[in-house]
Amino acid sequence: MGLTLEFGFPVLSTLVFLPALGALVCLLIPRERAGALRAVPLVFAVATGLLALLISLGFEPRAVGSETQVAYQFAERMPWIGPLGVEYSIGLDGISMLMVLLTALLGIVAVLASWTSIEHRIKEYMICLLLLETAMLGVFVALDLVLFYVFWESMLIPMVLIIGAWGGPRRVYAAVKFFIFTMFGSVLMLVGILWLHHLTGTFSIPELAARAPAAVAASQGELLFLLFGIAFAIKVPLVPLHTWLPDAHTEAPTAGSILLAGVLLKMGAYGFLRMCVPFFPAATVAFAPALVWLGVIGILYGGACALAQRDVKRLVAYSSVSHLGFVILGVFVFNLQGLQGAILQMVNHGLSTGALFLLVGVMYERRHTRDISEYGGMWDAMPLLARLFLLVALSSIGLPGLNGFVGEWLVLTGALRAGHAAGNYWPAILATLGVVIAAAYLLGMYRRVFFGEVQNPRNRGLRDMVRREVIAAALLLVGIVGLGVYPRAALGISERTAFNWLDTHAQALEDVDVGRSFGMPQPPTRGQRGPGGAPVGGVR
Amino acid sequence: MDFLWTKHIWLIPFWPALGALANGVLIPRARKTLDVVSTVAIGSVAMSFLCTVFLTAELASLRIGNPAPVEYFRWIDAGDLRVPFALLFDPLSATMCLMVTGVGLLIHIYSMGYMAHDPDPGRFFTYLNLFMAMMLLLLLADSFLLMFVGWEGVGLCSYLLIGFWHRKESANRAGLKAFLVNRVGDAGFLMAMMLIFVTFGSLRFDEVLSNAAIRQASPTMLFAITALLFVGATGKSAQLPLHVWLPDAMEGPTPVSALIHAATMVTAGVYVVVRCAALYSAEGAASALVAWIGVITALLASLIALAQTDIKRVLAYSTISQLGYMFLACGVGAYVAAILHVVTHAFFKACLFLGAGSAMHGTGGQTDIRKMGGLAKTMPRTTVAFWIACLSIAGIAPLAGFVSKDEILHHVFVSTYAPARTLWTLAIITAFLTAVYMFRLFALTFHGDEQAMKRGAHAHESPSVMTIPLMMLAALAIVGGLALGLPYPPGLHLLNHFMRGWLIIGRHHGAEDTGGLGLALALAAIALAVAVSGAVLAFRFFRGPYRRVELLQRRLGFAYTLLSRKLYIDELYDIVIVGPAVGLSRLAADVTDTRGIDGIVHGAAAIAYRAGEGLRRLQTSHTRVYALAMLVGAVALVLYLARGMLF
Repeated sequence: MGLTLEFGFPVLSTLVFLPALGALVCLLIPRERAGALRAVPLVFAVATGLLALLISLGFEPRAVGSETQVAYQFAERMPWIGPLGVEYSIGLDGISMLMVLLTALLGIVAVLASWTSIEHRIKEYMICLLLLETAMLGVFVALDLVLFYVFWESMLIPMVLIIGAWGGPRRVYAAVKFFIFTMFGSVLMLVGILWLHHLTGTFSIPELAARAPAAVAASQGELLFLLFGIAFAIKVPLVPLHTWLPDAHTEAPTAGSILLAGVLLKMGAYGFLRMCVPFFPAATVAFAPALVWLGVIGILYGGACALAQRDVKRLVAYSSVSHLGFVILGVFVFNLQGLQGAILQMVNHGLSTGALFLLVGVMYERRHTRDISEYGGMWDAMPLLARLFLLVALSSIGLPGLNGFVGEWLVLTGALRAGHAAGNYWPAILATLGVVIAAAYLLGMYRRVFFGEVQNPRNRGLRDMVRREVIAAALLLVGIVGLGVYPRAALGISERTAFNWLDTHAQALEDVDVGRSFGMPQPPTRGQRGPGGAPVGGVR
Repeated sequence: MDFLWTKHIWLIPFWPALGALANGVLIPRARKTLDVVSTVAIGSVAMSFLCTVFLTAELASLRIGNPAPVEYFRWIDAGDLRVPFALLFDPLSATMCLMVTGVGLLIHIYSMGYMAHDPDPGRFFTYLNLFMAMMLLLLLADSFLLMFVGWEGVGLCSYLLIGFWHRKESANRAGLKAFLVNRVGDAGFLMAMMLIFVTFGSLRFDEVLSNAAIRQASPTMLFAITALLFVGATGKSAQLPLHVWLPDAMEGPTPVSALIHAATMVTAGVYVVVRCAALYSAEGAASALVAWIGVITALLASLIALAQTDIKRVLAYSTISQLGYMFLACGVGAYVAAILHVVTHAFFKACLFLGAGSAMHGTGGQTDIRKMGGLAKTMPRTTVAFWIACLSIAGIAPLAGFVSKDEILHHVFVSTYAPARTLWTLAIITAFLTAVYMFRLFALTFHGDEQAMKRGAHAHESPSVMTIPLMMLAALAIVGGLALGLPYPPGLHLLNHFMRGWLIIGRHHGAEDTGGLGLALALAAIALAVAVSGAVLAFRFFRGPYRRVELLQRRLGFAYTLLSRKLYIDELYDIVIVGPAVGLSRLAADVTDTRGIDGIVHGAAAIAYRAGEGLRRLQTSHTRVYALAMLVGAVALVLYLARGMLF
């Protein structure tokens, strides 16, 4: 399998556990020393970010393991729970590389966003935040199902605590709801993992990707797909499993919202990419049409809900439902445009929505309200915030030249291409309408919050963004503008992995074709096949 | 010949982009005086204009073939979708860029005077420069995708500039409306691009717009692509049914109305259709659609313009109407005539808007033409310039508007498209109405009855920085037509000559036979007669006592109300689209989500809680969370253990 330690030094493990080490250091700092309790996490978050950047420089995007196998780089592998065959096995491919970079970046932003907004129990909060970062990084690099599950679950506790202890007025309700939804999915996934092990005798993700399709019978495959898929669908979230999201995002403190939207939601889509499709290709064929439509429904339904919100944060939360709909749509159309678009959209959503939550947090910290009608005329009250907010809102609605457009456009093109082959254009057409809705809810909110006269006297004399807040926003804006002008910076990293993914799974799926993924019967002509035909010619 | 400039097309949009960056970010706030920001802005547009001139000169010296696009870097790559960042400077983009930078330069200079008392000139010139950069990118892009960057970029600047006075509620609403209506059109443009990619496997102009590629495409697909592109064009160029944003866009500062909402941005839709002439020529049904939408828009907008009382709204409807003419020309395959009208329209309409702005400037911001009047005495320069532009747009020979409009009418008349005569008749009626509403506007604003003359006595002429660009545009509105599109002899039609290499395309409705000089003269005579009679009639009637005008309005009754209320199209959209959209979103957010889905969730939680209560007696468990987790765990365990039995 070629999964060996590439360097003498376990770089990737260092990356994953660096934030946890930070948490340990925080544990030793006395709670009166608030300054140190802010500085130490920042140092560790920045160090993690730099290390992730360093790793991405050493990452070779074009590496191929073997004919059918994706190469995992910076891989480490050792026995962990011997008798059960559980291994400590981690590694990076193009997709996880991007997710790790995103997580490390948002980790820094999260600490900066918590600087003054968290006043009580800073120590416990920072420990939660750092442990959460380790867990998130772990999820993206784990190559063993049990290890994956351990990281997945250990994400839950700090997140629930962050929402429940440092959140808004309805924080307990939101935290419990988040916990129950996620726990429900996790338990199903655990059953799936154990069952899969029972059938194949391994927990290793790369091995399962190679062996599970043959080892799992069709009827079992569909049930297993659902056991994993529901857990991921809750995380994405797919309508109608999304109602935990508006509450959790809205009640969480700013950093919590940033990480929830920026990183945690990606794990659902990541799970589909890493597990559901590779392990259960036959079931994928059966469920892809439904998932395509759930993606489209998410785009429109999330947008419609966002349109009616009176709470800024809730509006941004619903916009996530809409944006993640694009990701799912892109994954399940099975061509390179759709998949690359979906991966890029994952990154873009993390940057744009992370930035939106950050800036909403800046306003909230000054006014302690999220009610849109409380604002108005903020362009005059906080000019710098207004300008940055506009830029971020524009990136979120997919203005070309900024990052959001490229991902959305690729997903739409992929969807239309698949639909074209199948003679069903509706998913692409309806998804395109999402672009109009996004402009309506975001710019509609922007008008009410920022334009007009300052009516509310409490909005006068507010302090504009301070340097720390500007730096946090700038970290994200670099990505927002950079990926809009030069999207290859991200597309190049995941290109090879995406191509291999399609190539491998298209062969494993045997008769999966895009026509089927749109629920249309389709004569199996090789030339029109999305997975085999389209991308193969695509990569040079 | 050494081609120095050809590789440096990027310089054209670069200068205004740099200007925007300087005025927007780099120059510290304290230094942002009117002089500094306007110098930077005007200088950058002047540089851009000069670069365009040099590049055009080189292009004109290129004897054979079309220039190749210049590739700068890999932009969006995903599999076989490869779109580089590449620019193309061919006769079409050259003509458009010259017009945009030239007229843009004059309007930038004028803005220096117009915005002199505004508290935030830095922001204004930043937006204006950003607009120029985006517009030039739109025109120079070598692919549909890159063009779309400029396409939405100019839409963004339009949104920002309509709402420039951000404290004004109506301006903000108008900006949002413009952006959203344009987004509807853009959705059409997006879908067209996706279809182009699946049909042609590319988004680059040279690979899509070649006759060989087009012959391979299915007619249905071609129709879908051209029709959807046209949906995008109707949004940007304010054609029916997406025209509703443009009249409201007049909330923005007047130089913005002149530059963006008259001379340049709104012609982007025409540019796209002309750019895709090869596609439209191959697809007759789409061309017919373009022609009909164009002529109907032209007619209805000119009718509505008759009953508007806001000086800028009259001009806005006039713009919609003139853009209709351009699409009519495209629809019958007269692409050069369409571009000629784009250029002459830029001259006279920019002149009209700047004149209107000058009039508003001189009267303290008055926009209601019923309350204006008599400016002829106090604002002589503005009056003369406005008068010339009125003659030009009304189609009085030999002014620019006459030349280009006559060329369009001629092409429509001789077109082989079956209902060509109907189109021509509608276009001639529109020409008459144009003369009527323009001279109604001119008479009421600058002349009027005795009372109006008294009002005008308090006005003052605008400073030279405003009137000089105005007069230069007036001069162009006189000579621009003959200089670029001399109708006879055929060889001296400069624009035809410049574009001839580019125009190797099949003309669908275009006739080879133009009917000879006799027909041309006859058609020109009819057009001129119609224009003169409309102008004279309107001028004599509307400079008379205003109560006569009011009497006529009463006589017309509902017909007048219908026109003054703009055919109730806004109200219709409110009922048919906005209302249901708001209702549906409320339904989704407040009923389906909070009561439907969460209702089930809460129901399930309640059941679990009851079960937890039951369990509590047995196990003394404390929180419902704990109980639920255990319950779920137990179910899962049972499921796992029972796997052997189940499967």
